[in-house]
Amino acid sequence: MSNVPTELKYTKSHEWVAIDGDTATVGITDHAQDLLGDMVFIELPEVGDSVEAGKECAVVESVKAASDVYSPLSGEVVEVNETLADSPETVNSDPYAGGWLYKVKMSNAAEVDAMLDAAAYSGVAAEDAH
Amino acid sequence: MAKQTPLYDKHVVMDAKMVDFGGWDMPLRYGSQIDEHHQVRKDAGMFDVSHMSVVDFTGAQVGEFLRKLFANNVDRLTTQGKALYTCMLNEKGGVIDDLIVYYMDDNWFRVVFNAATHDKDLAWARQQAAAFAVEITEPTGLAMIAVQGPNARAKVCAVFDEPERSIVSGLAPFTAAQVGDWFVSRTGYTGEDGFEIILPGAQAGDLWRSLYGEGVQPIGLGARDTLRLEAGMNLYGTDMDEQTSPLVSGLGWTVAWEPASRNFIGREALEKARAEGVTQKFVGLILEDKGVLRSHQKVIVNGHNDGEITSGGFSPTLGKSIAFARVPKDATGTCKVEIRNKQVTAQIVKLPFVRNGKAVQ
Repeated sequence: MSNVPTELKYTKSHEWVAIDGDTATVGITDHAQDLLGDMVFIELPEVGDSVEAGKECAVVESVKAASDVYSPLSGEVVEVNETLADSPETVNSDPYAGGWLYKVKMSNAAEVDAMLDAAAYSGVAAEDAH
Repeated sequence: MAKQTPLYDKHVVMDAKMVDFGGWDMPLRYGSQIDEHHQVRKDAGMFDVSHMSVVDFTGAQVGEFLRKLFANNVDRLTTQGKALYTCMLNEKGGVIDDLIVYYMDDNWFRVVFNAATHDKDLAWARQQAAAFAVEITEPTGLAMIAVQGPNARAKVCAVFDEPERSIVSGLAPFTAAQVGDWFVSRTGYTGEDGFEIILPGAQAGDLWRSLYGEGVQPIGLGARDTLRLEAGMNLYGTDMDEQTSPLVSGLGWTVAWEPASRNFIGREALEKARAEGVTQKFVGLILEDKGVLRSHQKVIVNGHNDGEITSGGFSPTLGKSIAFARVPKDATGTCKVEIRNKQVTAQIVKLPFVRNGKAVQ
């Protein structure tokens, strides 16, 4: 069973966010990295980019395929995880900490309320596995 | 409901990620695909390839028939167990399938076809065989295990007792022998030394367990794809199909033009294409920038969108992305590849990328 930390919020498309004031850190879930397999390249947004909830904002490429990452929240990208350029496999080994993708300064904090909590996401992931 | 091989339960017990492959429920990977890839390059790994089709062609006219059915010439096979790689073409010179044919005796050839093309391969062969004294039969209930890697030979030999071990250890590359109920060939699809063993399905689990006991790790179809890509080996349906000929798929070397009197199916179309001048060639690409090359991406040579990647991915051995591509015949040096509306630079190289575990580029 994949790891679903209770303090995070989730999307049905397998992204997670950690909220700190008006900034959210975004990554992909343990379940998603396990499904995709070994990461070999991560294409991140650029600092200063505007991202919109539900829209493509990054691409994670595993040995198997390229998969879009959908931004869970709207706002401005304020930081990206540059260490992933040389070690994309961190997304596999440490999806909720070292494998974070980018940080966004939220333009609409109410979007967080529409996200799934850990219990609801566990249900989505379990269904997805069958 | 997808078909299951005799080793299905073994894959489930080993927690494999299972995927549908040509109507078969097959293991994609057991853990890390990259670790599995390195395992085969550095030591030995085993693949369940029981989904592949084993077909026996027998009868008084079998040699004559296969000289017509295949673009390579089975007359090259004169000793028992000798194998030949060939394409089976349609009248237009398109590839119906690629396969390995083994000479058993003058009245018996054994062929291993791809899994996903099974039905059309059999239908085509049977249709063409109508005019010949040939029988086409499929032995049932078989399993097929490929063991590949620099230590594959030693580890496979360890599971046999004498005198079988002597037979297996003495097999030359690209030859096979009947060892009791088993058909053992020194062939593979990874660019490494190794064997492919066809055996009764009921015995497959024991062999799998014995090999595991010798330290041979199970490897999924995911790593099989990156291994064959590094080794410059074509994948049917991706690198060639019924719309492309061997001449633009890097398989020109498998077409036996001599003797000119051998009128194999597709010959006329290939000769016409050759006379008109083949305008494309099949090459390797190594990505110089960051990213991953994938099939169907556009290749731009001298400012023209004339090329296309047929299969691509990440090479664990090189630590870079690699691909096969069909490009204009005069293309050399570098090219651009379009990935998600961005152009990246790739080097055009000869295949393969990796031979015997070492980078050749």
